[in-house]
Amino acid sequence: MAEREIDNRFCKFGTVSFTGLTRVNDFIDYLEQGKVMGTECKDCGQKYFPPRADCCKSLASDMEWFEVTGPGTLLSFSTLSYAPVGFGPELPYTIAVVGYGEYKVFGRIDKSIPVEALSVGMKLKTTACRLSEGKVSYVFQAA
Amino acid sequence: MAKVGIIGVGQSKFVRAFNGSIRELAFEAFKEAMEDAQLTAPQIDATIVCSAPEYDKQRSPSGVFAEYFGLNPQPTCYVESLCSSSTTGVRLAYSLVKSGLHDVVLVAGFQKMSEISSAESQERMGRGADIQWESPFGTMMPSYYAMFARGHMAKYGTTSEDLALIRLKSSIYSALNEKAMVRKPLNPEAFQDPANPLNNPISSPLLVRDCCANADGASCIIVASEKKARALSARPVWIKGLGSASASVNLVGRDHFHGLAAAEEAARQAYRMARIKPADVDVAEVHDCFTIAELMAYENLGFAKPGEGVELIRAKETYKEGRIPVNVDGGLLSKGHPIGATGGSQVRTIVLQLRGEAGPMQVKDASIGLVHNIGGVGIYANVMILGRE
Repeated sequence: MAEREIDNRFCKFGTVSFTGLTRVNDFIDYLEQGKVMGTECKDCGQKYFPPRADCCKSLASDMEWFEVTGPGTLLSFSTLSYAPVGFGPELPYTIAVVGYGEYKVFGRIDKSIPVEALSVGMKLKTTACRLSEGKVSYVFQAA
Repeated sequence: MAKVGIIGVGQSKFVRAFNGSIRELAFEAFKEAMEDAQLTAPQIDATIVCSAPEYDKQRSPSGVFAEYFGLNPQPTCYVESLCSSSTTGVRLAYSLVKSGLHDVVLVAGFQKMSEISSAESQERMGRGADIQWESPFGTMMPSYYAMFARGHMAKYGTTSEDLALIRLKSSIYSALNEKAMVRKPLNPEAFQDPANPLNNPISSPLLVRDCCANADGASCIIVASEKKARALSARPVWIKGLGSASASVNLVGRDHFHGLAAAEEAARQAYRMARIKPADVDVAEVHDCFTIAELMAYENLGFAKPGEGVELIRAKETYKEGRIPVNVDGGLLSKGHPIGATGGSQVRTIVLQLRGEAGPMQVKDASIGLVHNIGGVGIYANVMILGRE
Protein backbone atom coordinates (compact mmCIF):
# COMPACT_ATOMS: atom_id res chain seq x y z
CA MET A 1 0.00 0.00 0.00
CA ALA A 2 1.51 3.32 -1.08
CA GLU A 3 1.93 6.00 1.57
CA ARG A 4 -0.74 8.66 1.30
CA GLU A 5 -0.56 12.10 2.77
CA ILE A 6 -3.76 11.61 4.79
CA ASP A 7 -4.86 8.00 4.80
CA ASN A 8 -8.49 8.29 5.84
CA ARG A 9 -9.77 5.20 4.07
CA PHE A 10 -11.60 4.15 7.24
CA CYS A 11 -14.16 6.93 6.60
CA LYS A 12 -15.73 4.43 4.19
CA PHE A 13 -16.60 1.94 6.93
CA GLY A 14 -20.26 1.51 7.84
CA THR A 15 -23.32 3.72 7.43
CA VAL A 16 -21.79 6.49 9.52
CA SER A 17 -18.09 6.30 10.30
CA PHE A 18 -16.86 8.17 13.36
CA THR A 19 -13.15 7.87 12.70
CA GLY A 20 -11.02 8.03 9.55
CA LEU A 21 -7.48 7.44 10.65
CA THR A 22 -6.30 4.04 11.79
CA ARG A 23 -3.26 1.88 11.17
CA VAL A 24 -5.48 -1.00 10.09
CA ASN A 25 -6.87 0.92 7.10
CA ASP A 26 -6.06 -2.00 4.79
CA PHE A 27 -9.18 -3.59 6.31
CA ILE A 28 -11.14 -1.30 3.95
CA ASP A 29 -9.22 -2.45 0.85
CA TYR A 30 -9.85 -6.06 1.79
CA LEU A 31 -13.57 -5.33 2.26
CA GLU A 32 -13.62 -3.80 -1.23
CA GLN A 33 -12.10 -7.06 -2.49
CA GLY A 34 -14.89 -8.99 -0.73
CA LYS A 35 -12.80 -10.19 2.19
CA VAL A 36 -13.42 -9.67 5.93
CA MET A 37 -10.03 -9.74 7.61
CA GLY A 38 -8.65 -9.76 11.14
CA THR A 39 -5.05 -9.51 12.28
CA GLU A 40 -2.78 -12.10 13.86
CA CYS A 41 0.34 -11.29 15.86
CA LYS A 42 3.39 -12.69 14.08
CA ASP A 43 5.17 -12.91 17.40
CA CYS A 44 2.68 -14.81 19.60
CA GLY A 45 -0.03 -15.92 17.18
CA GLN A 46 -2.87 -14.11 18.97
CA LYS A 47 -5.77 -13.48 16.57
CA TYR A 48 -7.75 -10.24 16.73
CA PHE A 49 -11.12 -9.27 15.35
CA PRO A 50 -11.72 -6.44 14.87
CA PRO A 51 -8.17 -6.12 13.53
CA ARG A 52 -5.59 -4.35 15.68
CA ALA A 53 -2.25 -2.78 14.75
CA ASP A 54 -0.71 -3.74 18.07
CA CYS A 55 -0.67 -6.91 20.16
CA CYS A 56 -1.30 -6.30 23.88
CA LYS A 57 0.06 -9.75 24.78
CA SER A 58 3.49 -9.62 23.12
CA LEU A 59 3.61 -5.81 22.76
CA ALA A 60 4.63 -6.41 19.14
CA SER A 61 3.24 -4.38 16.25
CA ASP A 62 4.11 -6.84 13.52
CA MET A 63 0.79 -8.26 12.41
CA GLU A 64 -0.42 -10.30 9.47
CA TRP A 65 -3.92 -10.45 8.06
CA PHE A 66 -6.17 -13.52 8.20
CA GLU A 67 -9.58 -13.98 6.62
CA VAL A 68 -12.74 -14.54 8.67
CA THR A 69 -14.26 -17.55 6.94
CA GLY A 70 -16.81 -20.27 7.52
CA PRO A 71 -19.73 -20.45 9.89
CA GLY A 72 -19.78 -18.86 13.32
CA THR A 73 -22.35 -19.10 16.11
CA LEU A 74 -24.92 -16.38 16.83
CA LEU A 75 -24.29 -15.43 20.47
CA SER A 76 -26.78 -12.58 20.87
CA PHE A 77 -28.75 -10.10 18.78
CA SER A 78 -31.19 -7.19 18.98
CA THR A 79 -33.49 -5.57 16.45
CA LEU A 80 -33.62 -1.80 16.80
CA SER A 81 -36.89 0.11 16.47
CA TYR A 82 -35.18 3.45 17.12
CA ALA A 83 -31.86 4.56 15.74
CA PRO A 84 -29.19 7.10 16.46
CA VAL A 85 -28.87 10.17 14.20
CA GLY A 86 -27.97 9.12 10.65
CA PHE A 87 -29.28 5.54 10.84
CA GLY A 88 -33.06 6.18 10.81
CA PRO A 89 -33.69 5.28 7.14
CA GLU A 90 -32.25 1.79 7.72
CA LEU A 91 -34.70 0.84 10.51
CA PRO A 92 -35.51 -1.78 11.54
CA TYR A 93 -32.10 -3.47 11.59
CA THR A 94 -30.55 -6.18 13.72
CA ILE A 95 -27.15 -6.03 15.39
CA ALA A 96 -25.45 -9.18 16.57
CA VAL A 97 -22.33 -10.86 17.92
CA VAL A 98 -21.15 -14.00 16.14
CA GLY A 99 -18.57 -16.24 17.81
CA TYR A 100 -15.73 -17.94 15.98
CA GLY A 101 -14.07 -19.56 18.99
CA GLU A 102 -10.78 -17.68 19.11
CA TYR A 103 -12.49 -14.38 18.34
CA LYS A 104 -15.92 -12.84 17.89
CA VAL A 105 -17.39 -10.49 15.29
CA PHE A 106 -19.79 -7.61 15.99
CA GLY A 107 -22.00 -6.49 13.10
CA ARG A 108 -25.43 -6.53 11.50
CA ILE A 109 -27.55 -9.43 10.35
CA ASP A 110 -28.52 -9.34 6.67
CA LYS A 111 -32.14 -8.37 6.12
CA SER A 112 -32.58 -11.47 3.94
CA ILE A 113 -32.98 -13.45 7.18
CA PRO A 114 -36.38 -12.78 8.78
CA VAL A 115 -36.13 -11.68 12.41
CA GLU A 116 -38.46 -14.52 13.44
CA ALA A 117 -35.96 -17.04 12.06
CA LEU A 118 -33.16 -15.82 14.34
CA SER A 119 -32.16 -17.73 17.45
CA VAL A 120 -29.12 -17.79 19.71
CA GLY A 121 -26.89 -20.68 18.70
CA MET A 122 -27.71 -20.68 14.97
CA LYS A 123 -24.90 -20.67 12.40
CA LEU A 124 -24.12 -17.53 10.40
CA LYS A 125 -21.27 -16.50 8.13
CA THR A 126 -19.63 -13.08 7.82
CA THR A 127 -19.70 -11.55 4.33
CA ALA A 128 -18.28 -8.30 2.97
CA CYS A 129 -20.87 -5.94 1.44
CA ARG A 130 -21.15 -2.61 -0.33
CA LEU A 131 -23.36 0.20 0.98
CA SER A 132 -24.51 3.32 -0.87
CA GLU A 133 -22.14 6.19 -1.70
CA GLY A 134 -19.07 3.98 -2.00
CA LYS A 135 -19.16 2.83 1.59
CA VAL A 136 -18.36 -0.71 2.63
CA SER A 137 -19.21 -3.02 5.54
CA TYR A 138 -19.91 -6.65 6.31
CA VAL A 139 -23.06 -8.56 7.27
CA PHE A 140 -23.99 -11.88 8.80
CA GLN A 141 -25.75 -14.19 6.36
CA ALA A 142 -27.21 -17.68 6.57
CA ALA A 143 -24.34 -20.18 6.70
CA MET B 1 -6.45 1.17 60.47
CA ALA B 2 -8.22 4.53 60.23
CA LYS B 3 -11.62 4.45 58.58
CA VAL B 4 -13.09 6.81 55.98
CA GLY B 5 -16.61 8.12 56.46
CA ILE B 6 -19.37 9.95 54.65
CA ILE B 7 -20.54 12.97 56.64
CA GLY B 8 -22.83 14.77 54.22
CA VAL B 9 -25.13 13.86 51.33
CA GLY B 10 -27.27 15.91 48.99
CA GLN B 11 -29.27 15.58 45.81
CA SER B 12 -31.26 17.87 43.57
CA LYS B 13 -34.70 16.76 42.49
CA PHE B 14 -34.32 14.68 39.32
CA VAL B 15 -36.34 16.33 36.56
CA ARG B 16 -36.93 16.01 32.83
CA ALA B 17 -35.54 19.48 32.13
CA PHE B 18 -33.87 21.66 34.76
CA ASN B 19 -34.69 25.33 34.31
CA GLY B 20 -31.23 26.71 34.94
CA SER B 21 -27.52 26.25 34.30
CA ILE B 22 -25.32 23.32 35.36
CA ARG B 23 -23.69 25.32 38.15
CA GLU B 24 -27.13 26.15 39.55
CA LEU B 25 -28.22 22.53 39.25
CA ALA B 26 -25.08 21.31 41.04
CA PHE B 27 -25.53 23.99 43.71
CA GLU B 28 -28.83 22.43 44.80
CA ALA B 29 -27.07 19.19 45.74
CA PHE B 30 -24.02 21.02 47.14
CA LYS B 31 -26.16 23.20 49.42
CA GLU B 32 -28.05 20.18 50.74
CA ALA B 33 -24.85 18.21 51.45
CA MET B 34 -23.15 21.17 53.15
CA GLU B 35 -26.20 21.78 55.33
CA ASP B 36 -26.47 18.06 56.03
CA ALA B 37 -22.83 17.98 57.21
CA GLN B 38 -23.10 21.45 58.78
CA LEU B 39 -19.89 22.54 57.09
CA THR B 40 -18.65 25.84 55.68
CA ALA B 41 -16.58 26.20 52.51
CA PRO B 42 -13.14 26.53 54.21
CA GLN B 43 -13.68 23.09 55.78
CA ILE B 44 -13.66 21.42 52.33
CA ASP B 45 -10.08 20.49 51.41
CA ALA B 46 -10.68 19.46 47.79
CA THR B 47 -13.46 18.92 45.25
CA ILE B 48 -13.94 16.18 42.66
CA VAL B 49 -16.48 16.93 39.91
CA CYS B 50 -18.03 14.06 37.95
CA SER B 51 -20.15 13.79 34.80
CA ALA B 52 -20.18 12.15 31.40
CA PRO B 53 -18.57 14.88 29.31
CA GLU B 54 -20.30 14.17 25.99
CA TYR B 55 -23.45 15.91 27.26
CA ASP B 56 -21.69 18.95 28.66
CA LYS B 57 -21.39 22.18 26.74
CA GLN B 58 -19.07 23.50 29.45
CA ARG B 59 -15.54 22.14 29.17
CA SER B 60 -13.78 21.35 32.44
CA PRO B 61 -16.74 22.04 34.77
CA SER B 62 -14.66 21.47 37.93
CA GLY B 63 -13.25 25.00 37.78
CA VAL B 64 -16.69 26.51 37.27
CA PHE B 65 -18.16 24.60 40.21
CA ALA B 66 -15.29 25.37 42.59
CA GLU B 67 -15.83 29.05 41.84
CA TYR B 68 -19.63 28.89 42.16
CA PHE B 69 -19.44 26.84 45.38
CA GLY B 70 -16.97 29.33 46.89
CA LEU B 71 -14.28 26.64 47.11
CA ASN B 72 -11.28 28.54 45.71
CA PRO B 73 -8.36 28.22 46.27
CA GLN B 74 -8.78 24.53 47.24
CA PRO B 75 -7.80 22.02 44.57
CA THR B 76 -10.44 20.63 42.22
CA CYS B 77 -10.43 18.12 39.37
CA TYR B 78 -12.75 16.24 37.08
CA VAL B 79 -13.27 12.51 36.73
CA GLU B 80 -15.45 10.38 34.47
CA SER B 81 -16.34 6.75 33.91
CA LEU B 82 -19.61 7.22 31.99
CA CYS B 83 -22.64 6.40 34.18
CA SER B 84 -20.44 5.37 37.12
CA SER B 85 -18.57 8.69 37.23
CA SER B 86 -19.67 9.81 40.68
CA THR B 87 -18.86 6.53 42.46
CA THR B 88 -15.47 6.73 40.77
CA GLY B 89 -15.31 10.20 42.33
CA VAL B 90 -16.12 8.77 45.78
CA ARG B 91 -13.47 6.07 45.25
CA LEU B 92 -10.88 8.76 44.49
CA ALA B 93 -12.05 10.84 47.46
CA TYR B 94 -11.57 7.76 49.65
CA SER B 95 -7.99 7.35 48.45
CA LEU B 96 -7.18 11.06 48.88
CA VAL B 97 -8.44 10.88 52.46
CA LYS B 98 -6.95 7.47 53.24
CA SER B 99 -3.55 8.63 51.98
CA GLY B 100 -3.65 11.53 54.40
CA LEU B 101 -3.36 14.09 51.62
CA HIS B 102 -6.75 15.61 52.53
CA ASP B 103 -9.18 15.34 55.43
CA VAL B 104 -12.47 16.36 53.79
CA VAL B 105 -13.22 15.87 50.08
CA LEU B 106 -16.44 16.85 48.32
CA VAL B 107 -17.70 14.83 45.33
CA ALA B 108 -20.15 16.66 43.04
CA GLY B 109 -21.86 14.67 40.29
CA PHE B 110 -24.19 16.19 37.74
CA GLN B 111 -25.75 15.87 34.30
CA LYS B 112 -28.00 18.15 32.32
CA MET B 113 -29.19 16.00 29.47
CA SER B 114 -32.11 18.15 28.39
CA GLU B 115 -30.09 20.49 26.21
CA ILE B 116 -29.81 17.92 23.43
CA SER B 117 -32.48 15.82 21.69
CA SER B 118 -33.15 12.22 22.71
CA ALA B 119 -31.83 10.88 19.37
CA GLU B 120 -28.73 13.00 19.71
CA SER B 121 -28.21 11.87 23.29
CA GLN B 122 -28.55 8.22 22.21
CA GLU B 123 -25.96 8.80 19.53
CA ARG B 124 -23.60 10.46 22.01
CA MET B 125 -24.26 7.73 24.55
CA GLY B 126 -23.51 5.20 21.82
CA ARG B 127 -20.14 6.88 21.41
CA GLY B 128 -19.35 5.64 24.91
CA ALA B 129 -19.04 2.31 23.07
CA ASP B 130 -16.43 1.49 20.40
CA ILE B 131 -16.75 4.28 17.82
CA GLN B 132 -14.37 2.60 15.41
CA TRP B 133 -15.88 -0.89 15.25
CA GLU B 134 -19.40 -0.79 16.76
CA SER B 135 -20.95 2.66 16.25
CA PRO B 136 -20.81 2.48 12.39
CA PHE B 137 -23.47 -0.27 12.67
CA GLY B 138 -25.93 2.14 14.33
CA THR B 139 -25.74 1.05 17.94
CA MET B 140 -27.26 2.78 20.95
CA MET B 141 -27.18 2.04 24.65
CA PRO B 142 -30.53 0.17 24.84
CA SER B 143 -29.40 -2.16 22.05
CA TYR B 144 -26.31 -3.20 24.01
CA TYR B 145 -28.30 -4.03 27.13
CA ALA B 146 -30.84 -5.71 24.83
CA MET B 147 -28.08 -8.08 23.72
CA PHE B 148 -27.61 -9.05 27.38
CA ALA B 149 -31.37 -9.43 27.86
CA ARG B 150 -31.40 -11.77 24.85
CA GLY B 151 -28.46 -13.70 26.27
CA HIS B 152 -30.12 -14.02 29.69
CA MET B 153 -33.41 -15.13 28.15
CA ALA B 154 -31.68 -17.68 25.91
CA LYS B 155 -29.66 -19.18 28.76
CA TYR B 156 -32.16 -19.07 31.62
CA GLY B 157 -35.62 -18.70 30.09
CA THR B 158 -36.17 -15.22 31.56
CA THR B 159 -39.22 -13.49 30.07
CA SER B 160 -40.25 -9.95 29.22
CA GLU B 161 -42.95 -10.29 31.89
CA ASP B 162 -40.25 -11.01 34.51
CA LEU B 163 -38.47 -7.82 33.50
CA ALA B 164 -41.74 -5.87 33.76
CA LEU B 165 -41.94 -6.83 37.45
CA ILE B 166 -38.74 -4.86 38.03
CA ARG B 167 -40.22 -1.80 36.35
CA LEU B 168 -43.35 -2.17 38.44
CA LYS B 169 -41.32 -2.25 41.68
CA SER B 170 -39.35 0.83 40.69
CA SER B 171 -42.52 2.81 40.02
CA ILE B 172 -43.97 1.87 43.41
CA TYR B 173 -40.93 3.22 45.26
CA SER B 174 -40.32 6.31 43.16
CA ALA B 175 -43.83 7.37 44.15
CA LEU B 176 -42.48 7.52 47.73
CA ASN B 177 -39.34 9.49 46.77
CA GLU B 178 -39.85 13.23 46.66
CA LYS B 179 -36.62 13.62 44.64
CA ALA B 180 -37.74 11.21 41.92
CA MET B 181 -38.69 12.23 38.39
CA VAL B 182 -41.64 9.82 37.94
CA ARG B 183 -44.05 9.89 40.88
CA LYS B 184 -46.99 7.89 39.57
CA PRO B 185 -47.00 4.17 40.39
CA LEU B 186 -47.75 1.93 37.42
CA ASN B 187 -50.71 -0.39 37.27
CA PRO B 188 -49.59 -3.92 36.25
CA GLU B 189 -52.51 -3.96 33.80
CA ALA B 190 -50.65 -1.33 31.79
CA PHE B 191 -48.19 -4.04 30.71
CA GLN B 192 -51.02 -6.04 29.13
CA ASP B 193 -52.34 -3.20 27.00
CA PRO B 194 -50.78 -3.21 23.53
CA ALA B 195 -51.95 0.37 22.98
CA ASN B 196 -49.94 1.59 25.98
CA PRO B 197 -46.73 3.23 24.72
CA LEU B 198 -44.85 1.58 27.60
CA ASN B 199 -45.09 -1.64 25.59
CA ASN B 200 -43.63 -0.25 22.37
CA PRO B 201 -40.43 -1.91 21.19
CA ILE B 202 -37.12 -0.08 21.56
CA SER B 203 -34.50 -2.69 20.79
CA SER B 204 -35.69 -6.28 21.02
CA PRO B 205 -36.31 -7.82 23.46
CA LEU B 206 -36.40 -4.53 25.41
CA LEU B 207 -39.52 -2.36 25.37
CA VAL B 208 -40.05 1.24 26.46
CA ARG B 209 -40.98 -0.05 29.93
CA ASP B 210 -37.55 -1.66 30.30
CA CYS B 211 -35.63 1.59 29.85
CA CYS B 212 -34.86 4.44 32.23
CA ALA B 213 -35.51 7.98 31.08
CA ASN B 214 -32.94 10.72 30.65
CA ALA B 215 -33.02 13.24 33.47
CA ASP B 216 -31.32 16.37 34.74
CA GLY B 217 -29.92 16.16 38.22
CA ALA B 218 -27.04 16.58 40.64
CA SER B 219 -25.68 14.76 43.68
CA CYS B 220 -23.12 15.64 46.33
CA ILE B 221 -21.23 13.42 48.78
CA ILE B 222 -18.81 14.65 51.46
CA VAL B 223 -16.10 12.18 52.45
CA ALA B 224 -13.95 12.62 55.58
CA SER B 225 -11.18 10.97 57.57
CA GLU B 226 -12.24 9.04 60.66
CA LYS B 227 -10.89 11.74 62.96
CA LYS B 228 -12.73 14.53 61.14
CA ALA B 229 -15.85 12.43 60.69
CA ARG B 230 -16.08 11.75 64.42
CA ALA B 231 -15.38 15.41 65.23
CA LEU B 232 -17.80 16.88 62.69
CA SER B 233 -20.62 14.37 62.44
CA ALA B 234 -23.00 12.79 64.95
CA ARG B 235 -23.86 9.99 62.52
CA PRO B 236 -21.10 9.23 60.03
CA VAL B 237 -21.57 6.29 57.69
CA TRP B 238 -18.39 4.33 56.99
CA ILE B 239 -17.01 3.15 53.67
CA LYS B 240 -16.32 -0.49 54.49
CA GLY B 241 -15.58 -1.94 51.07
CA LEU B 242 -14.70 -0.66 47.62
CA GLY B 243 -14.46 -2.71 44.45
CA SER B 244 -13.83 -1.51 40.93
CA ALA B 245 -13.25 -3.33 37.66
CA SER B 246 -13.41 -2.94 33.91
CA ALA B 247 -14.31 -5.03 30.88
CA SER B 248 -13.79 -4.69 27.14
CA VAL B 249 -15.66 -1.84 25.47
CA ASN B 250 -16.39 -3.84 22.33
CA LEU B 251 -18.82 -6.67 23.02
CA VAL B 252 -16.56 -9.06 21.10
CA GLY B 253 -14.29 -9.03 24.14
CA ARG B 254 -16.98 -10.41 26.49
CA ASP B 255 -17.06 -14.08 27.44
CA HIS B 256 -20.84 -14.24 27.72
CA PHE B 257 -24.04 -12.19 27.44
CA HIS B 258 -25.98 -13.13 30.56
CA GLY B 259 -24.15 -11.03 33.15
CA LEU B 260 -21.53 -8.33 33.63
CA ALA B 261 -18.11 -9.73 34.49
CA ALA B 262 -16.81 -6.37 35.73
CA ALA B 263 -19.67 -6.15 38.24
CA GLU B 264 -18.88 -9.64 39.54
CA GLU B 265 -15.23 -8.75 39.98
CA ALA B 266 -15.98 -5.41 41.67
CA ALA B 267 -18.41 -7.16 44.02
CA ARG B 268 -15.81 -9.78 44.96
CA GLN B 269 -13.31 -7.06 45.83
CA ALA B 270 -15.83 -5.05 47.87
CA TYR B 271 -17.09 -8.05 49.87
CA ARG B 272 -13.51 -9.13 50.59
CA MET B 273 -12.47 -5.66 51.76
CA ALA B 274 -15.59 -5.29 53.95
CA ARG B 275 -15.28 -8.91 55.16
CA ILE B 276 -18.95 -9.58 54.57
CA LYS B 277 -21.04 -11.92 52.44
CA PRO B 278 -23.88 -10.99 50.09
CA ALA B 279 -26.37 -12.27 52.68
CA ASP B 280 -25.10 -9.64 55.16
CA VAL B 281 -26.37 -6.77 52.98
CA ASP B 282 -29.53 -5.18 54.39
CA VAL B 283 -30.33 -2.78 51.53
CA ALA B 284 -28.89 -2.25 48.05
CA GLU B 285 -28.90 0.34 45.31
CA VAL B 286 -28.13 -1.24 41.94
CA HIS B 287 -27.63 0.27 38.50
CA ASP B 288 -31.00 -0.42 36.84
CA CYS B 289 -30.55 1.69 33.70
CA PHE B 290 -32.59 -1.12 32.14
CA THR B 291 -34.71 -3.77 33.84
CA ILE B 292 -32.30 -6.49 32.68
CA ALA B 293 -29.48 -4.59 34.38
CA GLU B 294 -31.17 -4.96 37.79
CA LEU B 295 -31.82 -8.64 37.17
CA MET B 296 -28.17 -9.25 36.25
CA ALA B 297 -27.11 -7.26 39.33
CA TYR B 298 -29.03 -9.67 41.62
CA GLU B 299 -26.86 -12.46 40.24
CA ASN B 300 -23.57 -10.59 39.79
CA LEU B 301 -23.75 -9.35 43.41
CA GLY B 302 -24.51 -12.82 44.75
CA PHE B 303 -28.03 -12.05 45.99
CA ALA B 304 -29.16 -14.94 43.78
CA LYS B 305 -27.39 -17.75 41.98
CA PRO B 306 -26.87 -17.30 38.22
CA GLY B 307 -30.22 -17.76 36.50
CA GLU B 308 -32.21 -17.48 39.75
CA GLY B 309 -32.50 -13.70 39.93
CA VAL B 310 -36.03 -13.88 38.56
CA GLU B 311 -37.08 -15.80 41.68
CA LEU B 312 -36.19 -12.77 43.81
CA ILE B 313 -38.44 -10.38 41.91
CA ARG B 314 -41.25 -12.90 41.40
CA ALA B 315 -41.33 -13.51 45.19
CA LYS B 316 -40.97 -9.77 45.91
CA GLU B 317 -37.78 -10.50 47.89
CA THR B 318 -36.27 -7.25 46.58
CA TYR B 319 -39.19 -5.20 47.89
CA LYS B 320 -38.74 -3.15 51.07
CA GLU B 321 -40.04 -5.94 53.31
CA GLY B 322 -38.21 -8.69 51.41
CA ARG B 323 -34.99 -10.59 52.06
CA ILE B 324 -32.81 -8.06 50.20
CA PRO B 325 -34.50 -4.74 49.38
CA VAL B 326 -33.16 -3.29 46.12
CA ASN B 327 -33.72 0.20 44.72
CA VAL B 328 -36.43 1.16 47.15
CA ASP B 329 -35.91 4.79 46.09
CA GLY B 330 -37.23 4.11 42.56
CA GLY B 331 -33.87 3.34 41.00
CA LEU B 332 -32.67 4.73 37.71
CA LEU B 333 -35.79 3.37 35.99
CA SER B 334 -38.20 5.70 37.79
CA LYS B 335 -36.17 8.09 39.94
CA GLY B 336 -34.33 9.08 36.75
CA HIS B 337 -30.78 8.67 35.46
CA PRO B 338 -28.81 11.91 35.15
CA ILE B 339 -25.60 10.05 34.22
CA GLY B 340 -22.93 11.81 36.28
CA ALA B 341 -25.23 12.33 39.29
CA THR B 342 -26.52 8.77 39.54
CA GLY B 343 -23.80 7.09 41.62
CA GLY B 344 -23.86 9.90 44.17
CA SER B 345 -27.63 9.63 44.39
CA GLN B 346 -27.32 5.90 45.06
CA VAL B 347 -24.77 6.58 47.81
CA ARG B 348 -27.07 9.22 49.31
CA THR B 349 -29.98 6.78 49.42
CA ILE B 350 -27.88 4.16 51.24
CA VAL B 351 -26.49 6.74 53.69
CA LEU B 352 -30.03 7.89 54.53
CA GLN B 353 -31.10 4.24 54.95
CA LEU B 354 -28.23 3.52 57.34
CA ARG B 355 -28.96 6.65 59.35
CA GLY B 356 -32.64 5.67 59.56
CA GLU B 357 -33.63 8.82 57.68
CA ALA B 358 -35.14 7.34 54.53
CA GLY B 359 -38.71 8.22 55.51
CA PRO B 360 -41.38 6.15 53.76
CA MET B 361 -38.63 4.23 51.91
CA GLN B 362 -36.89 3.17 55.15
CA VAL B 363 -35.80 -0.46 55.40
CA LYS B 364 -36.13 -1.64 59.01
CA ASP B 365 -32.84 -1.79 60.96
CA ALA B 366 -30.59 -1.41 57.93
CA SER B 367 -26.97 -1.45 59.07
CA ILE B 368 -25.07 -2.58 55.96
CA GLY B 369 -25.81 -1.17 52.51
CA LEU B 370 -24.40 -1.75 49.04
CA VAL B 371 -24.07 0.47 45.98
CA HIS B 372 -23.60 -1.05 42.49
CA ASN B 373 -22.92 1.59 39.82
CA ILE B 374 -22.09 0.64 36.23
CA GLY B 375 -20.52 2.69 33.43
CA GLY B 376 -21.48 1.82 29.86
CA VAL B 377 -22.55 -1.78 29.32
CA GLY B 378 -20.36 -3.04 32.14
CA ILE B 379 -17.24 -1.32 30.81
CA TYR B 380 -16.77 0.14 34.27
CA ALA B 381 -18.17 -1.26 37.51
CA ASN B 382 -17.99 0.20 41.02
CA VAL B 383 -19.35 -1.63 44.06
CA MET B 384 -19.28 0.06 47.46
CA ILE B 385 -20.27 -1.29 50.85
CA LEU B 386 -21.31 1.17 53.53
CA GLY B 387 -21.99 0.50 57.19
CA ARG B 388 -23.10 2.13 60.40
CA GLU B 389 -20.15 0.63 62.29
